[in-house]
Amino acid sequence: MSAEPRLLEVRRNVLKHNDVIARALRERFREAGVLAVGLVSSPGSGKTAILEKTLTLLHPHYRVAALVGDLATENDAARLARSRAPVKQIITGTVCHLEAAMVQQALDDWDLHDLDFLFLENVGNLVCPSSYDLGEDLRVVLLSVTEGEDKPLKYPTIFNSADLAVISKADLAAAVEFDEPAARGNIQAVRPGMEVLKLSAKTGEGIAEYLDFLQRRRLHSRAPAAV
Amino acid sequence: MHELSIAMSIVEMAQEEVERRGSVQVQAVHLRLGRLSGVVKEALLSSYEMACEATPLKGSQLLIEEIEVEVFCPKCEIAQPIRSIQWFCCPKCGTPTPTVLRGKELEVVALEIKE
Repeated sequence: MSAEPRLLEVRRNVLKHNDVIARALRERFREAGVLAVGLVSSPGSGKTAILEKTLTLLHPHYRVAALVGDLATENDAARLARSRAPVKQIITGTVCHLEAAMVQQALDDWDLHDLDFLFLENVGNLVCPSSYDLGEDLRVVLLSVTEGEDKPLKYPTIFNSADLAVISKADLAAAVEFDEPAARGNIQAVRPGMEVLKLSAKTGEGIAEYLDFLQRRRLHSRAPAAV
Repeated sequence: MHELSIAMSIVEMAQEEVERRGSVQVQAVHLRLGRLSGVVKEALLSSYEMACEATPLKGSQLLIEEIEVEVFCPKCEIAQPIRSIQWFCCPKCGTPTPTVLRGKELEVVALEIKE
């Protein structure tokens, strides 16, 4: 019996369980031809307002649905139900982010072949969601003009993990003296080359460009080559 | 704060390894933690202590090796560690680059055990 401790090599990814489920989800989305779009931001950046607008405007032309994460309430789902698109609330309890297993469970009784777009609204949080892949094809990070231009520098990890940055609440930009070039510069510093769109769910400014981006991405990654 | 659930996963993994190997005692868990993993070292350390309570790992240490973010510079065509996590560009020529090669690690690499 040796008294000396010895080193045992293990090499195990701590989030493997989540990553395995996320990969399976991504494959399921691809096979069903649905584009899964994740939405992340701090609380109060306007994720739900933009999602409501998105669902309402896409609904007549596409088959759209959403899963929304929230710590405690079902308010978001109730609000989004007005768009008449199928919406399911995931109440995370004390968990501050969505995990792939929660998405998988919520989708259990949904046939994804019936959908063109599936939106996954994460819990308002710029830290924890960055560690958890949900299998989404596209991650959209929101930055509202009222939050300050340096948000990307404060939370580089989540901005770096995103595919599109959306500057929201554009209608308030002048009132809060939002420095747009600075915000864009900070986004590019932590995620060089990322596309940035500015919009307002309230006035509708920039919404058409945003929807256009989503439709292009879906066409690009889902539909067979255009004739 | 998702560090507690991550700490619990680490403890669970170590316990699985211990069970597979019979009666061994874990003295330390070695973890590689990338600066882009989204996990805060200090929070993970205090969560680890909590997660070990009432498990055979109580009293063990979590030894964290932090992994710097490394990007690929398309101009210099080499991998380079970035100077700041707020500036994803080649430290040599300044070319911005989104290609991250290292820095997202969150893995248990080894256990220090006593038989």
